[in-house]
Amino acid sequence: MATMTTTNGHAANGHAANGHSKGKMLNLTLQVWRQKNATAKGRMEEYKLKGVSTEMSFLEMLDMLNEQLIKEGKDPVAFDHDCREGICGMCGAMVNGYAHGPDEATTLCQTHMRSFSDGETITIEPWRAKAFPVIKDLAVDRTSFERIIQAGGYVSIGTGGAPDGNSIPIPKEAADKAMDAAQCIGCGACVAACPNASAMLFTSAKISHLAHLPQGQVERRERAANMIRAMDELGFGNCTNHGECEAVCPKEIKMENIALMNREYFGALV
Amino acid sequence: MATVLDSKVPSGPLGEKWEKHKFESKLVNPANRRKFSVIVVGTGLAGASAAASLGDMGYKVKAFCFQDSPRRAHSIAAQGGINAAKNYRNDGDSTYRLFYDTIKGGDYRAREANVHRLAEVSTNIIDQCVAQGVPFAREYGGLLDNRSFGGAQVSRTFYARGQTGQQLLLGAYSALSRQIHLKNVEMHTRTEMLDVVVIGGRARGIITRNLVTGAVERHVADAVLLCTGGYGNVFFLSTNAQGCNVTATWRAHRRGAFFANPCYTQIHPTCIPVHGEDQSKLTLMSESLRNDGRVWVPKAKGDKRRAEDIPEAERDYFLERKYPAFGNLVPRDIASRNAKEVCDEGRGVGDGQAVYLDFAASIQRVGEDVIRDRYGNLFDMYAKITAENPYKTPMQIYPAVHYTMGGLWVDYNLQSTIPGLFVLGEANFSDHGANRLGASALMQGLADGYFVIPYTLGNYLGGTKLDPVDANAPEFGATENEVNERVNKLLSIKGNKTPLAFHKELGKIMWNECGMARNKAGLESALKRIPELREEFWNNVKVSGEAGEFNQQLERAGRVADFLEFGELFAKDALIREESCGGHFREEHQTEEGEAKRDDDNFAHVAAYEWTGSNGAQTRHVEQLVFENVKLTQRSYK
Repeated sequence: MATMTTTNGHAANGHAANGHSKGKMLNLTLQVWRQKNATAKGRMEEYKLKGVSTEMSFLEMLDMLNEQLIKEGKDPVAFDHDCREGICGMCGAMVNGYAHGPDEATTLCQTHMRSFSDGETITIEPWRAKAFPVIKDLAVDRTSFERIIQAGGYVSIGTGGAPDGNSIPIPKEAADKAMDAAQCIGCGACVAACPNASAMLFTSAKISHLAHLPQGQVERRERAANMIRAMDELGFGNCTNHGECEAVCPKEIKMENIALMNREYFGALV
Repeated sequence: MATVLDSKVPSGPLGEKWEKHKFESKLVNPANRRKFSVIVVGTGLAGASAAASLGDMGYKVKAFCFQDSPRRAHSIAAQGGINAAKNYRNDGDSTYRLFYDTIKGGDYRAREANVHRLAEVSTNIIDQCVAQGVPFAREYGGLLDNRSFGGAQVSRTFYARGQTGQQLLLGAYSALSRQIHLKNVEMHTRTEMLDVVVIGGRARGIITRNLVTGAVERHVADAVLLCTGGYGNVFFLSTNAQGCNVTATWRAHRRGAFFANPCYTQIHPTCIPVHGEDQSKLTLMSESLRNDGRVWVPKAKGDKRRAEDIPEAERDYFLERKYPAFGNLVPRDIASRNAKEVCDEGRGVGDGQAVYLDFAASIQRVGEDVIRDRYGNLFDMYAKITAENPYKTPMQIYPAVHYTMGGLWVDYNLQSTIPGLFVLGEANFSDHGANRLGASALMQGLADGYFVIPYTLGNYLGGTKLDPVDANAPEFGATENEVNERVNKLLSIKGNKTPLAFHKELGKIMWNECGMARNKAGLESALKRIPELREEFWNNVKVSGEAGEFNQQLERAGRVADFLEFGELFAKDALIREESCGGHFREEHQTEEGEAKRDDDNFAHVAAYEWTGSNGAQTRHVEQLVFENVKLTQRSYK
């Protein structure tokens, strides 16, 4: 490597060289659900936002809105987010009526503004389900998902004493199917999209993941029974085959997992 | 001052230290464990595995995370894999080779005994995760598959498509969920630790803020474990999650925990380039892509032709050319500096701040389906962010801040300089020296949580007479008051600039002066500007909302305030370390070929900083690194 002399190369830091963003600029009207806290009555409010780059992610657009609201002395919009790369499952909102917005197999943080057009009005609402009470604005409480996992979404082993990782061969196909289901990020879009606010896609993904692996066999029946009981007690609805969950799932979890879960459940009953 | 830092590395041959230490450690008998309470802050790989393991052993555990679920910690985003010295490939791997690669990869700035222990327990981690149901990639015969990562000439990386971190974290999370169900662990989500409570010189609890209600609360324990990750977000733009912060470790530093090697930062070579000023984060493209992707730029400066139109003879595969033995799989620090160099020469592609990562040759060799099977989700992610199809046209990539090797100083037991305060995972400094090898962060997090802390915590609790303490102790009241005063102060300034704007400004200073290449003048400028920015922050920050509500602006403001103190220590450490090593590249110290030039006579040590009452005035202590097994040489990957 030739001797390095310049300091960190890129102009202004990997922040764009010219001081503003690439991409086309959009002017937008936003209709956003505002709700002060869990008990307050919410309402839609309208905001105008100018100069939104098509290269920005949806959440960066919300960042921009919030900076504008703060400057105007208004309360910024609360929304959950963390990794911003589509894997933590923290973000999510109904955008124009669709969970995580218009793009298929995409979380809200990975939705980019190029999916919207100049002059468009965008409505933004929280997940709506009895089991997901609103905390503030777009942020909801998904503790109910935790309870479902705690009811049985694991292999009951402690730390230490595990046999060699290659001691039980697992057919590649089984490992792949387990992985397909295990990709669920627990965002809750499936519940939000379902007319019954059912958590069956979420619950079945975990049951299916473990049911495909030899390590999950020992407890498979009790696991299904316990997790489904928790799901029902927490106030989630039932599946009536609308398929909205699969359509909005950012990780493309399939409804065939629900069929598998039902078989596991019947197995637990007999 | 070196005597202050006792690493407590056991005596004896390298390969026997850990066994010996485990045997000599004090134990707490199973029936007595429930009498001890342990706080675990953070629920990534280190925190979740520690909380689950300690809960399973019978300790009374309280775990905390700021996210709405422990499953969302940023370990979830790790893509490529986890190393383990299984030697399933029969290609010459061994515990010693993993140890050696890690020490060399870290440019001889890590502690030998810790790294060897890490290599020893690496194989247990794979077994543990398989038993939990982690769906690692398998071969057609049903056995575990491997891939290669940078800085190694063996294939030892286990993976679950491009979501290895997710699957490992979900494994640890499932174990944690089981302990929550069994009431061995009390889980506090949406709760942020804002200070450590030290009583009689020992860590005896924490002060937290409930992020939904704003309630500030006291939690008492016999030991506190910080598993709170790294500080990459001091650069504002990084591959870290938005919430990643230095607050927990910084607050502990201010209470007496030494901060070690703050200047050691990993700049990851393969990230999606920056698009604009409103960008909030950078996205990594896994190092595993360098198994099949070839890195290149045009040979000629300013060549604006499309990649497809540039003939083979006019391309410069610079890593393959300069480092034939490791090729595209050189360690991250070297790959990053070379990418920067070709861009500085005017040979960058796209907007000039990018190089190609090209899969055409691999797709031709093994077919598009095989490439999709290996990296499908990464290709999809790239396409979503850039609106380009990487199966057809090469990816454009550029280095970005990814991981921090520095952290709170810990001894062999993972205990900080505050007795009773343990630090695990990325939050500590111990295993990666000045540069971390790919697929080793997951290994370290889980090693610390599953297989190290269960022994070393027992040794502390079993060997220490702890006075009874409750939440009414005056130290709890005093610390809680300080937390409340700080929160109220942030809200009362009512200035003109948002916390986000301050964060961006700090990030620019850090990247320009403390980024991939550093020099004396730049670091001195940072040391002048950071305190000025901090001063401005405390006079002009505008934090909207109230203390007693869900207030994300307040959360960010508190974190930025700590970054504004920490950034100064970072720059100070980088200035004092007059050598180049791993990710710390001082322009004044390079070989004729432009590689990092270490100064082993003066800097083969850990620098650990002690808080002495005001920022910038920390005392620098030194832990001399002793190499009994590895010979220090100029790192070569040629």
